[in-house]
Amino acid sequence: MPEPLLQIEGLTKRFGGIVASDNVTLPVVQGELHAIIGPNGAGKTTLIGQLTGELSSQSGTIRFGGQDITALPVWQRSLRGLARSFQITSLFLDFTALDNVALAVQAHAGHSFHFWRDARQQPDLRDPAHAALERVGLGRRADALVANMSHGEHRQLEIAMALATKPRMLLLDEPMAGMGVEESARMVELLRELKRELTILLIEHDMDAVFALADRISVLVYGRIIASGEPAAIRANPDVRRAYLGEQQAVTLNG
Amino acid sequence: MLYFIEQCLNGLQVGMLLFLLAAGLTLIFGIMNLVNLAHGSLYMLGAYFAATFAAWTGSFLAAVVLTIATTLAVGMLVEIIAMRRLYGRDHLDHVLGTFGLILFFNEAVRLIWGPAGLNLALPPWLSSWVEIIPDVFYPVYRLSIIVVALAVAVFLYALVMRTRIGMLIRAGASDREMVGALGVNIKLLSTFIFGIGAALAGLAGLMQAPILTAQIGMGENILIVTFVVIIIGGIGSIRGAFIASIFVGLTDTVGRAFLPDLLKLVLSPAGASTAGPALSSMLIYLVMAVILIVRPEGLFPASSK
Amino acid sequence: MMRDPRTALVAALLIFLGLLPVYVMAAGNNFLLILFTRIIILALAATSLNLILGYGGMVSFGHAVYLGVGGYVVGILAKEGINTGIIQWPLALLVSALFALIIGALSLRTRGVYFIMITLAFAQMLYYVAVSLDRYGADDGLTINHRSQFGLLNLSNKVVFYYLCLALLLGVIFLVARLVNSRFGFAIRGAQSNERRMRAIGFPVFRYRLVCFVIAGTLCGLAGVLLANHTDFVSPAMMHWTRSGDLIVMVVLGGMGSAFGPLIGAVVLLVLEEALSGITEYWQIILGPLLLLIVLFARGGIVGMLRPRHA
Repeated sequence: MPEPLLQIEGLTKRFGGIVASDNVTLPVVQGELHAIIGPNGAGKTTLIGQLTGELSSQSGTIRFGGQDITALPVWQRSLRGLARSFQITSLFLDFTALDNVALAVQAHAGHSFHFWRDARQQPDLRDPAHAALERVGLGRRADALVANMSHGEHRQLEIAMALATKPRMLLLDEPMAGMGVEESARMVELLRELKRELTILLIEHDMDAVFALADRISVLVYGRIIASGEPAAIRANPDVRRAYLGEQQAVTLNG
Repeated sequence: MLYFIEQCLNGLQVGMLLFLLAAGLTLIFGIMNLVNLAHGSLYMLGAYFAATFAAWTGSFLAAVVLTIATTLAVGMLVEIIAMRRLYGRDHLDHVLGTFGLILFFNEAVRLIWGPAGLNLALPPWLSSWVEIIPDVFYPVYRLSIIVVALAVAVFLYALVMRTRIGMLIRAGASDREMVGALGVNIKLLSTFIFGIGAALAGLAGLMQAPILTAQIGMGENILIVTFVVIIIGGIGSIRGAFIASIFVGLTDTVGRAFLPDLLKLVLSPAGASTAGPALSSMLIYLVMAVILIVRPEGLFPASSK
Repeated sequence: MMRDPRTALVAALLIFLGLLPVYVMAAGNNFLLILFTRIIILALAATSLNLILGYGGMVSFGHAVYLGVGGYVVGILAKEGINTGIIQWPLALLVSALFALIIGALSLRTRGVYFIMITLAFAQMLYYVAVSLDRYGADDGLTINHRSQFGLLNLSNKVVFYYLCLALLLGVIFLVARLVNSRFGFAIRGAQSNERRMRAIGFPVFRYRLVCFVIAGTLCGLAGVLLANHTDFVSPAMMHWTRSGDLIVMVVLGGMGSAFGPLIGAVVLLVLEEALSGITEYWQIILGPLLLLIVLFARGGIVGMLRPRHA
């Protein structure tokens, strides 16, 4: 069996006396969509922070594509092919959607020590950017100022930017948060398509989406993985039910 | 050797003065996330007020009390009129706004008191010397600066660590709304904290006045050194400010006293006399640079990742 | 295009500046020429600051240092008998770049308040170094007996020098305008807009900022060279931190992140200072609160105020 694309081993993160990530071990196999679920405060955001490099870890390793990336800074992980979307959207608000995605393209198009030519007139930046926007359904909004776009469009833009970096794996942090029914359905369709070409690690609260998309699910509670496996097994798992119902989460684990 | 001890004590005294300024500045930044360049102006006002009140009342102690009260009042007034509109804004806005205040205060002082400085004479009971260890005589006044500043340090420690207000201070400024939602009158707290910071600056100015006289522009020179202290100590940390102040005070004073002589050991006399003064004035900045290379967030940053 | 008041203002200003020497020669009013040469030189410095401040979001309170560095290289070389511009000027630019590299490498590891304080501290440090240079005038400054020699170009001729400064200013404005729209420019502007996002898509933000910082420092060094030649004098006061404050005011007053904002800001500030100091010697008492008001109510500067309202 080949090494998983992303191999998280014994990852631990403490904030003072609080253990936010507790010895997390998690393999993500190439080509799968692996979902991470768990009640609020479970440590999902911390985990994403550790994976992307924004947070350091007290112990544990992260291997991506066979290489140890535990000590790499955020930008280098992106260059290795690990792309992320933000739970609270983080975009270049004063620029157009096209500018935003083009910057993502530019980041992966060699160095940026070019001081003369107008970057907005370069097809090798603009064309891939257009393509990414089309892919997520924002093709007609290319010239819209991001500050004037809706919340749902921001979320689509987040995905477009991640795609523009030609990643090997997507880390999606609650891409459907705050979305209405229609928008969520569209996002699920988009993820279903992307699933065929990319490995995806999906953090989500929306259970319908999770069970519709995930090949495997891991459950994170108080920083520990308490269960990991196929969706049906997770649904039936008594520890998982206890974790959710015990927390009085208004979450449907419909069978 | 005796000279060395004397210089160390001077360094300690300078450090204590810096601490008063740094504590106020870091408090204001820590609570209100406000970069206050005009902090030095309050220091200057403290010196001028002290000299003026001493001349009016003839009593040094009366001048001390009046100065602290006045700078407290001026500080709170400045907060109400100008500072509160700057909360939540870009740091650049703070820098520009308080830069404007510096210009205003410097000119106002020049208008009211004239361009020449003001002297503040010490009363006889503070002008004597005391033999702290055999054969080492040290001015009573400088010793009293150290004592007063240490007392303030203890008071601040008690305030920050043991009172409700201190708890709010430690909770940090990152979320004014949150603190307000806890039922605290955030406006009053801000005004009060700013006033305390101003009073501390005024106290430092008044204590410095007999030594260096009150002058226009004295605030900015010491402000920048205060920044060095905060950078080294870590922003938002009173403990860091305390340790860093002593460190910077000692480095600067002892460095200036001994560096030229040390240089003579390695350089020619001509070289030493050129490089000596230059290097002495650069010393604390060089130290700051070294510390920045190793720990950009300072030695005791209030928050750590 | 003429409907945009900003373009009209800039065009009028450029025409005025271009024709000023003609008026001066006719009216015999040298004072205006001297004033506006100074304005143009400081506008160049402000334009360089705009690059890191207006487009890059780096609030450097020590930018005037490079005025001093550029000026002192010229002054020191002149004192040691080297007057040829071909040696002085490139060397001044090189030294400015070097200082910017060192200061930037140390300062840019921090951000926000720390960065402001650190740039201020380093500026103060260099100020004290200049004060301690006994051989080169120390506190009193150093007189320059000959302006930079460039063979046929006679910099001692005030009109020639004025047009040289104007040409260099326009050249720098043009260069900066191209720079901010290049890939490099977008990297810098992206970092100002959302640094976290930049890292997430794969940009090593520090190195681009450092290069930007060095470019800005070098261009300001050029302004320093011009200033030294203009006043025939260099002193530590050139790099006093209040000079850095003035530069920031010019950039903000004119309009940050706009090509001609710094020039507009320089003109307004320096003309205002001249006018106010004619009224009272305590003019800073007016300027100070005025600055605060601008920060509170006219943050976009003059260019910002003239921006056409969208329908």
